[in-house]
Amino acid sequence: MARVRNICIIDYGMGNLTSVASALAVLGYQAQVSADPRSVATADGLILPGVGAFAEAMRRLTEVGLIDVMERCVLGEKVPILGICLGMQLMARSSSEHGFHRGLGWIDAEVDRIPEDTKVRIPHVGWSEVEWTPNAMLGRNIAPEAHFYFNHSFCMTCNDDIVTSSAGEDSVVVAAIAKDNLQGTQFHPEKSQSNGLRLLRNFLNYVESAAENRSKVMAD
Amino acid sequence: MLKQRLVGVVLVKDGVCVQSIGFCRFLPVGSPAIAVEYLNRWSIDEIVMLDISAPRSRTTISERLIAAVAARGLVPLSVGGGLKTIEAVREVVKSGADRVVLTTAAVQNPELITQVADRFGSQCVIVGIDACRNDDGSYSTYISGGQQSVGLSPVALAQMAEARGAGEILIQAIHRDGSKQGYDLVLIEQVAAAVNIPIIALGGVGSPVHFLEAAGIPGVSGLAAGNYYHFTEHTALVAKAFLVNHAVSMRHDSYADYRDFGFLPDGRLAKKSDAELEELFFVHYTDEVI
Repeated sequence: MARVRNICIIDYGMGNLTSVASALAVLGYQAQVSADPRSVATADGLILPGVGAFAEAMRRLTEVGLIDVMERCVLGEKVPILGICLGMQLMARSSSEHGFHRGLGWIDAEVDRIPEDTKVRIPHVGWSEVEWTPNAMLGRNIAPEAHFYFNHSFCMTCNDDIVTSSAGEDSVVVAAIAKDNLQGTQFHPEKSQSNGLRLLRNFLNYVESAAENRSKVMAD
Repeated sequence: MLKQRLVGVVLVKDGVCVQSIGFCRFLPVGSPAIAVEYLNRWSIDEIVMLDISAPRSRTTISERLIAAVAARGLVPLSVGGGLKTIEAVREVVKSGADRVVLTTAAVQNPELITQVADRFGSQCVIVGIDACRNDDGSYSTYISGGQQSVGLSPVALAQMAEARGAGEILIQAIHRDGSKQGYDLVLIEQVAAAVNIPIIALGGVGSPVHFLEAAGIPGVSGLAAGNYYHFTEHTALVAKAFLVNHAVSMRHDSYADYRDFGFLPDGRLAKKSDAELEELFFVHYTDEVI
């Protein structure tokens, strides 16, 4: 079945956009990879990927002029968004990666280097199991022993109420977050084979139901 | 906790996926994209694609090839072959590679290791070392697809790579390439003991037992093989089931997992009893739906 929902992968020149797009293609979605504010404004679901440095990413997002339109969609219209790796970190208030940098500030969180005194090797690269909270939407239909691919040196610090999964020895790394329509994963679902696809499917199902609700509200 | 990884190496020569024997004889396998698709479907943890014709023809691995392969493999992809400049690295990363393998360039232009580590992070740089065992038991390092010897031991090169910012070392034994005799464990132990960054072992795997031999070496975080994965079905899945049976901590969470199978001492699957096989007629396996 061809999907009609309009998924936009935000292209700001940082990140593995093609692999996110091909993972969505496996699930039957033809996502747009775009830096055009109009595509962002009309999307039913947004994906904010990201690989690289925090400051550079914020600078580029500002440069392509997407921050305003993203805020209108995500904070105003409550369009579902999934931040992947750096994309999740960007939603935080700030990051201490190479200095102090302001983030998008959509969630009450900070990004810091993974604490040295934990047993997590830095950079934290490889396959790890994650521990989901019972009601995590992204963790639906995913077995407890499922592994995901991590690749990062910085991690999110935030209140437990938005953390939906954690990883690493003693679960020190925030692996996924959720707050209203904002979803984020520190790991890379697009590089995590079938379990990554399951997670993306959960997000897409959420996009479908959110879009339906919005159109109902409009019809009323 | 991070798991031991099985790494599938796809060698590409003039656009065709090949098996390599001793770095000098090559058997054609077929399309690299199809090879990657099967590795991905059968639960490989990481893919390394090396264009072995690039250093000889002084070209760089094709971006079209990388894009075609990246679309089929939903696992991390490392790419190498004739990468000499930071611009070339940027292009392959843009085409879908997650990490790059520098072999010849790591010796000829070590500054590139630092440049890539600074720009893309050290996890993005794998330094490949092609080593050959000499008659006296020492090891020499080769570049340009094993054609040119350099006056640097594998251990010295690994230490230099670490100091320059490499995130990982891919150590390959030329004399074991395609031999199916197993890894050169002495070489791997030497290099792993000399550096603090993780090691990917390559060269000589002919059975899952060989993976097991190297899995216990401290510092080895990736078990790589090339030829081993071709022409047989579920190769990585069966190898993982064997390793998990031997208490190696692996990612083994796929739909088909061979957990209820026995193994022969050489790592092959043991035949099930006739009664069990008969029973299989009446078992219904549904397709995996995501």
